[in-house]
Amino acid sequence: MNIEVLLSKEKLSIDRCYSSVVDEACGGICLFVGTVRNQNKGKLVTYLDFESYEPMALKEMKKIAEKGIHKMGANHISIYHRTGYVGISDIAVIIAVSSIHRKIAFEVCQYCIDQLKETVPIWKKEFLEDGSYWVGARP
Amino acid sequence: MNSVRCFGVAKEIVGDQRLKMEIEGLSISEFKTLIQQKFPEFATIKGYMVAVNQVYALDSQVLSNNDEVAIIPPVSGG
Repeated sequence: MNIEVLLSKEKLSIDRCYSSVVDEACGGICLFVGTVRNQNKGKLVTYLDFESYEPMALKEMKKIAEKGIHKMGANHISIYHRTGYVGISDIAVIIAVSSIHRKIAFEVCQYCIDQLKETVPIWKKEFLEDGSYWVGARP
Repeated sequence: MNSVRCFGVAKEIVGDQRLKMEIEGLSISEFKTLIQQKFPEFATIKGYMVAVNQVYALDSQVLSNNDEVAIIPPVSGG
């Protein structure tokens, strides 16, 4: 039962994330890769800037992974998130989940990304051609 | 005196990543009322949580000046 959580200013490696959950006993690995879109609500996005409350973000990421393993039955989970400047098409987040059979890997991977968006203290500032704003902050 | 951490839109509203204020004995609800009085612009955001020692706090929790306190506006990772 391995958990790896990472916040990084450097590019995230799909290979590293994938390798970290490989296990001879597992028949399924589910990877979710979140990338930066070039538009949002009809406006062109030029880049994103992610800020995090690092020690708490890592703790919250770990809590999500612990639930995925101990309550939902996954074998290994890695959650990587980028911080700082992230360009269009770059990877912002990678989640890798391995389990004995595919069903749990799919379910837990979905749970991890949904929960990350709800509870992990990371904030996205979107830079458009004509300004910038913190995503989701205002009604 | 506590140095409250501010992130994202909260950092912009406060104008700094740290907010010096007296918090000893305040409940989270009282702390939020005080913040709203000092910075009325907080009423214009979708709400925010308060974390104490890196854990989300309930409204009834009471603060001490030794706590690590952070204002957590709506998160938007992923």
